[in-house]
Amino acid sequence: MTAEQFFFYAFAAMTVASAAMVITVRNPVYAVLSLVLTFVASAGLWLLLEAEFLAIALVLVYVGAVMVLFLFVVMMLDINLARLKEGFIRYLPLGVAVAVAMALMMALVVGPEHFGLERVPAPERHGPEYSNTEALGRVLYTVYVYPFEIASVILTVAIVAAIALTLRRRPHTKYQNPDEQIAVRREDRVRLVSMKPERRE
Amino acid sequence: MMAEALQAFLEFYGALPRPVQILGQIVLLVAPLMVCVAYLTYAERKVISYMQVRIGPNRVGPRGWLQPIADALKLMFKEIIIPSGANKFLFIISPVISIGTALAAWAVIPFADGVVISDLNAGLLYVLAVTSLGVYGVIIAGWSSNSKYALLGAMRSAAQIVAYEIAMGFALVGVLMAAGSLNLGEIVRAQAGEWGPVNWFALPLLPLFLIYFISGVAETNRAPFDVAEGESEIVAGFHVEYSGMAFAVFFLAEYANMILISALATIMFLGGWLSPLHGWAPAGWFEVPVLGLLLDDGIHWFLAKTAFFLFCYLWFRATFPRYRYDQIMRLGWKVFIPITIVWLLVVGGFILGGLPPWWAPAG
Repeated sequence: MTAEQFFFYAFAAMTVASAAMVITVRNPVYAVLSLVLTFVASAGLWLLLEAEFLAIALVLVYVGAVMVLFLFVVMMLDINLARLKEGFIRYLPLGVAVAVAMALMMALVVGPEHFGLERVPAPERHGPEYSNTEALGRVLYTVYVYPFEIASVILTVAIVAAIALTLRRRPHTKYQNPDEQIAVRREDRVRLVSMKPERRE
Repeated sequence: MMAEALQAFLEFYGALPRPVQILGQIVLLVAPLMVCVAYLTYAERKVISYMQVRIGPNRVGPRGWLQPIADALKLMFKEIIIPSGANKFLFIISPVISIGTALAAWAVIPFADGVVISDLNAGLLYVLAVTSLGVYGVIIAGWSSNSKYALLGAMRSAAQIVAYEIAMGFALVGVLMAAGSLNLGEIVRAQAGEWGPVNWFALPLLPLFLIYFISGVAETNRAPFDVAEGESEIVAGFHVEYSGMAFAVFFLAEYANMILISALATIMFLGGWLSPLHGWAPAGWFEVPVLGLLLDDGIHWFLAKTAFFLFCYLWFRATFPRYRYDQIMRLGWKVFIPITIVWLLVVGGFILGGLPPWWAPAG
C-alpha cells in the first residue's frame, strides 16, 4: 500500500464514520462537531485529488464560518432528549420510506456501473508546478464566466432578501445611534462655569 | 573542525527519511516559538508596567528574567480541576484544538528566503483556513465548562471572530491581487525592488494594512477587543473554569496567535525578510565583512519587524479602554468591510494602470 492509498483509506474511513455519527449521536453538539470532522476529512480527500484550493475553501467557508454559526445556535438550545424521541415509532415507517427512496435514487445516479477504471480513466498526476487555484480561476473567468456571475448575483439577492425578511422595526424599541455617540464632543455635554468662591459664614 | 562537524551533520540529516526531517524542522520551529511566547508574557508585563510608571516583575532572577520560567513551573504543578457537570471529553480537547491550530499555521511562514517548512502554493489561504479553526477551541471550551460566564465569553468570541474574519479575508485578497500569488514567499519577493521600503505593500495597501492589523488584534481577542475575556464583566470568559496546565495551553495558544498575526503582517505588508536599507543606502554598506551581512536581507529583519508589531499589541493594551460590544460589531461590519471592498477596487485600478514603483506599467 502506498502512502497515498493509506491516506485515502484513512480519510475515507473518517468521512464515513463521522457522517454516521452526525445522525446517531444523542448530543446535538456532538452531532455538529461530527459534521465538522466530516468536512475536514473530505477536505483531506480533495487534497489527494490535487484540488487544494477547493479543499482549503471547504475548511475556510464551511468549517470556519458556517459550522461555527451552527454550533452557536445549537449550544443555545435547551434540548429535551425524551421529547425528541417521543414520536420515533410513529414516524418510523415514513422515515424508512424516504430513506429507501433516496438510497435507490443515489444508487441509480451514482451506482457502481458508473465507476471503474474502464469507464473513467485514472486522472493523470500533475507536476509540482501545477496550481489548482490558477486552473480553477482560468476556467471560472473564461468558459464559465456567465454562470459564475449569475450565481453570484442570485446569492447576493438571497442575502439581501434574508436580511429584509428579518429586519422589522418595532415602534417601541429604543435604538442607539453609534454615529451620534461617536460624534459627541465635550462642548455638547460639559459646560464649564466660572464661579466665584463663596465664603462660609 | 567546525566546518567538518557541520558537513557531517548535514550528511547525516540528508540521509534521514523525509518524515523525520520534517519532524526535526518542526521541533526547530516550535521550541524557539515557545520560548518567545514565554518571554512575550514577560515583555508584556514589563512594557505595560513601564508605561504605567512601575517596575513590573523584578524578584525572580536578575531583573525578573526568570519570571516566565517560574510561572510555567507553577502552572505545571497545579491541579487540573474538571468542573462537575462539565463535558469531560470536550473540556479536555478544546485547549488541544486551540494550540493545535495556533501552531499549524506556522508551517507555511517563511522566515527568510526559502526558510520555510512547507512552501505551499496556496499558503495565504491555508493560513486563513487554519486560523479560522481556532474559534472552535474557544466555543467548545465555553460550552463544555457548563458555566454561564464561560458560555457568554464563548458567544461573544464567536460573533467577534466571524465578523472580523471577513474584513481580514478581504484585506488578504488585496495582498493577493498586489502580489499575484498566494505563496507567502512569492508575496515577499514581489515587494523587493530598487526603491527599498517604498516598494513594500504597506504604502499602496495602507487601509488594508491597518484593517488587517486591527482585525488581527480582534481575532486574537486582545485588548481593546478582549470582550471574550473581559475580566471586569465575565471574570475570564471562556477559560474561567480552566486551571493549571489546561489554562496555560490556552495562554500559549493566544500568544502564539499574536506572534503569528504579527509575522503575517510583516510578510504581507512590510516586506518580510527584506532589509529596509535597500534602495537608499550606498551599495558599499552591504560589502562590509560582518556588518554587511546584518544590513542585508535576512531573518533578523523579519524578527525585528515582527517584534515591532508585538510591541504594538502591548502598547494598545496599555493605551486603549475596552470597546463596547455593539461598537465592536459596528466597526467590523459597517466600517471595515466597506472600506476593504472600496480599496480592492482602487487596488485593481492601480494594477491596471501600472502604478510605479509597485506595478510595472502594462505593455
